[in-house]
Amino acid sequence: MKFIFERDTWQEIYGAIRKNKIRTIITVIGVTWGVFLFVFLLGMAKGLDNSFRSQFNDFATNTMFLWGQQTSIPNEGFKRGRRMQLTLDDVEALESQVDDIEYIAPRNVTGQWGTPPGQFVRGSKSGAFKVFGDYPTIDKVSKKKIFDGGRFINEEDIKYERKVCVIGEDIYKQFYDKDEEVIGGFVRINGIYFKVIGVYKPTQAGGFEGDDSIFLPFTTFQTIFNQGRNISWMVITAKADKNIVNTETIIKTILKREHNVHPDDTQAFGSFNLGEEIAKVNGFLGGMRLITYIVGIATLIAGVIAIGNVLLITVKERTREIGVRRALGATPAEVRGQIMLESILLTFLAGLLGFISGTLLLWGINTAIGNNDDIPILNPTVDFFAVVGALLSIVLLGTLIGLIPAQKAVSIKPIEALREE
Amino acid sequence: MIEIKDLHKSYQMGSNSLHVLKGINFSVKEGELVAIMGSSGSGKSTLLNILGMLDEADGGSYFLDNVPIKGLNETKAAQYRNKFLGFVFQSFNLINYKTALENVALPLYYQRKNRKERTEKAMNYLGKVGLTNWATHLPSELSGGQKQRVAIARALAADPKVLLADEPTGALDSTTSYEVMDIIQGINDEGKTILVVTHEQDIANMCKRIVHLKDGVIVEDKEVEQVRASQYV
Repeated sequence: MKFIFERDTWQEIYGAIRKNKIRTIITVIGVTWGVFLFVFLLGMAKGLDNSFRSQFNDFATNTMFLWGQQTSIPNEGFKRGRRMQLTLDDVEALESQVDDIEYIAPRNVTGQWGTPPGQFVRGSKSGAFKVFGDYPTIDKVSKKKIFDGGRFINEEDIKYERKVCVIGEDIYKQFYDKDEEVIGGFVRINGIYFKVIGVYKPTQAGGFEGDDSIFLPFTTFQTIFNQGRNISWMVITAKADKNIVNTETIIKTILKREHNVHPDDTQAFGSFNLGEEIAKVNGFLGGMRLITYIVGIATLIAGVIAIGNVLLITVKERTREIGVRRALGATPAEVRGQIMLESILLTFLAGLLGFISGTLLLWGINTAIGNNDDIPILNPTVDFFAVVGALLSIVLLGTLIGLIPAQKAVSIKPIEALREE
Repeated sequence: MIEIKDLHKSYQMGSNSLHVLKGINFSVKEGELVAIMGSSGSGKSTLLNILGMLDEADGGSYFLDNVPIKGLNETKAAQYRNKFLGFVFQSFNLINYKTALENVALPLYYQRKNRKERTEKAMNYLGKVGLTNWATHLPSELSGGQKQRVAIARALAADPKVLLADEPTGALDSTTSYEVMDIIQGINDEGKTILVVTHEQDIANMCKRIVHLKDGVIVEDKEVEQVRASQYV
């Protein structure tokens, strides 16, 4: 194996490769294309994956929604059909009793489910919009983009029941001229003056808020709309290492006890759990990644087989040359070594070229997309180890496939090789 | 230098066996210039291939420089070829993507000589065949005579004991043939043992000894008065 490290060996190989330009190029194209596709597919899959994940991260994957419905089983003297009203007491009870909970945020709303919307007035314009009463933690669960200069509701707003509001982008567009200052100005909601502290835009589709709602501090909302301790629903995020499905069961058991609901009553409390939805998407992404790998690896193998094929033809073409070399004293090992090194070198260079071009394309796509939210591709990259692994395996494949033409070259007797016309 | 006793060789042609060499006894001393003559099918190329270790005899013994040549594996044969023998072929067999210089240096590469020594020696032998100025040319840029001179330089480069030439002038016109023979005679004058297979009488006459092969046996083996090729050039 010593000959691998000798300069002369490589000069021989370089000579053979350089002088057989067309076959070198054809050979290289096969593998370059394979690696290029592999890198590109992997990168795009990763980009799609990243994009999905970033959307769900905004929505805190371990999250559930919980609201009161009507009982379906009579219990402890109460007849069925009793309406469940969640209150702040429930929130406090859950917070103190369930360790799994990372965040818990009671929410209240008017303008949804038959309640009257809030009357929004600015100057001579007015309109009716949904009004939410929220804690700052809600922003951790369902992320909103707050435009420059503004902020979301904070703990101080809650504590002092401040009359401040965050309005949707759509409301801003309806009620304000372009470039008009919005932050710090006053608007009227149901006849009460509020200071605008921010304008938001939802960063993902879905949810109740849309881009035309008004957010008030929860405490302020309760007072203004006369809600006392009643809430509309609550949003609960479990700790990262907890399973939200289990947490949901625990929470419902506690609530049933607190509200004197029959343990088997599945109708009393409604819930929606993102965990299951995300599992589906994860399954889809995993499947896509698997397909990417299969297609990529198949392409690589096809490329390497092409190399073996071309080298085999080349050996046939070079039979005479090989015969001459052997007449001049080349041992079978030297001939075999040379053909195999040619194969390895070609696959390696071609692989490197494919990797570089694939990476450049991904980089180009990344730059072109930028932070455009409309295209579901985010930061398309390839895992370094995946690439090194791919390179190593094609070099290995190149070695194995190189064995065939090398053996063929050696199996021809020099006399037959020389006789070949 | 070469000692052959009772050499036999047959080829299987389908179900028939073709007995090509039927007991050749033959020896060559150092410094001889021997022409092996015979019509096609007389077995002269087969003999040369066996001498060149490109083929193996079925029976008999072959000593080259007192080394028995028998049952060699390919690796050993390659090493012996490199050490003992220089080949000149009818169709030159230069490697077409290598320059004249690189072609001449190739046997030295297989002798593991370093690059500097290879280039030096190769240039030296190219000078011997008068092609110093053509060193960087590819075979496709050379005439037939020049190609054969490059091939001779290549055969000499490894400083072999014996030079084996298989119809070296077969693809050349007579003027060029004589030029090539002139070079071969020059090398022989310096003491190199050379075997030339040919079917041309005038080429054979330029050697010192003529061995006639017919139907696989030697029918005539005589010393001749050497005709110098230089008088025709």
